[in-house]
Amino acid sequence: MNMDQQNPFVRVQYLSKSYVQRHPLTNAKFIVHAFDGVNLTINRGTTLALVGESGAGKSSLARCLALLERPAKGELWFDGLNLAAFGNNQLSVMRRQVQLIFQDSASSLNPRMTAAEIIAEPLVIQKEGTKAEQRQRALALMEEAGLPREWETKLPHEFSGGQRQRLAIARALTLRPKLLILDESLSNLDIASQDQILKLLSSLQKEHSLTYLHISHDLRFVSQFADEIAVMHEGKIIDKEPAAELFTQPKDAYTEELLAAMPTLETICAERFD
Amino acid sequence: MPAHPKLLEVRDLGVEYRSSGGIPHTAVENVSFDIGPGEVLGLMGESGCGKTTLALSLLGLLPGDCTQVSGSVLFQGQELLSLRERAFQKIRGAGIAMMNQEPGISLSPVLRVGDQVAEVIHAHRDWTWKRCRAEAESIISRVGLPGTARIFSAYPHQLSGGQLQRLALAQALACDPELLIADEPTAALDALSQAEFLDLLEELKAHSRISVLLVSHTPEIQASLADRLIVMKDGRIVEQGSFIQLYRSPSDPYTRAMLRREGDGRETGSAAREFVGQGGRA
Repeated sequence: MNMDQQNPFVRVQYLSKSYVQRHPLTNAKFIVHAFDGVNLTINRGTTLALVGESGAGKSSLARCLALLERPAKGELWFDGLNLAAFGNNQLSVMRRQVQLIFQDSASSLNPRMTAAEIIAEPLVIQKEGTKAEQRQRALALMEEAGLPREWETKLPHEFSGGQRQRLAIARALTLRPKLLILDESLSNLDIASQDQILKLLSSLQKEHSLTYLHISHDLRFVSQFADEIAVMHEGKIIDKEPAAELFTQPKDAYTEELLAAMPTLETICAERFD
Repeated sequence: MPAHPKLLEVRDLGVEYRSSGGIPHTAVENVSFDIGPGEVLGLMGESGCGKTTLALSLLGLLPGDCTQVSGSVLFQGQELLSLRERAFQKIRGAGIAMMNQEPGISLSPVLRVGDQVAEVIHAHRDWTWKRCRAEAESIISRVGLPGTARIFSAYPHQLSGGQLQRLALAQALACDPELLIADEPTAALDALSQAEFLDLLEELKAHSRISVLLVSHTPEIQASLADRLIVMKDGRIVEQGSFIQLYRSPSDPYTRAMLRREGDGRETGSAAREFVGQGGRA
């Protein structure tokens, strides 16, 4: 693990985002604070897990980090560059470096495109390479993600849940990003598929020195792979520590509560059957 | 009807989807199992292995024109597969009820949630609307929703995910069914609401004679509730038996893979796991 403290890949300072909404009946404007004053760093080639209950602001933060939305306040540094100073054209170049992988692979992949078309689409959009080159890259990525090349003409619904998520990962890698944001990407999978995809992610991380932000509501699950864990509650990061420390000495009462809510399988079985 | 030793008997159930001109796809094949009264039967398997198809076939909710169902499903001795829709409506909700992963599926966004629970009772019982509402109120308080009056007249969007899932459970329990089919009942909830909801289901199991078919691929949830377990793969049953037997000595490697997390053995991960292993349940 390379702890490059001086130059983290992602640095977020005092980042805030709020949405203006209208009341459905009175039409009066009101402001919803998604997150507020968030400070965060993720070192290159490591995995930060972001944990919190639904509505804590995890996904809003992810959308800002994926450069899909502009934060209201604060600074966002990528690879030593301050993105707040960037114009829209420069941002669209930066966007290639960040890819999001969603929870529901069934709805995030175009049901009418074949596997190879889905993976090659970013290249088509960016007008990179010839048709043959795009296909070759797609096939190479399928292999890298653990999908046989022969499946290039299959449609998303012909894959199982785990295989579809592999397809989503292959597609995310097409433009050689540096940061992958996984928003509950493995929550819908059984643990055997989870284990396999975690292995895939870990080997991809080593090979391409990828940085991961892995969002989940399950502390128990992220403890399997995260280098650091940040706990988010009501729009604020309330705890951020190396994974082992968070489990042995949680700094915040809420973190403790989360830990207590999730007994292990061994504990449950011992209590119930012994 | 005399008490039946087996509440549900499924024999050689097969479900095949046929689309016009397409190749038939076998979703469930050769599936046989029983559920006894008061028993929680867990159903595990990867996504796409036929769990939901199996659950829907017990409720007669498969799209009729494009499926071929074979085998036998006996509920309290009555064959369900040959039942006409009118007769099935009497069983659905009153004899066998289902709750889904997304509470949004079972609740309409434009009706008050209390009325939606009362509606289920009204459909099955010869009661006045007033009596149905009163019964709904008592069920809603039974699933642990405090401040029932406020909840009763709320619309779904005004409630949290945990509250909605409790209402979906109230809706399923409204007519006192013998069998509850719970399809990933906690998957849409975050960790704290998940733990609370599990407690509620454990309580329900301890204090009623209801049987449950619990569809979930999370081993911790199965461990908390399931008496027996079925593991499915590609539409077939890989293994079935008592939960603890399958957990401690699975005879099929696939069962083992479904129940045990491997982890990748990294230091941080394993240290954290060891610590959690020592922690008890709050």
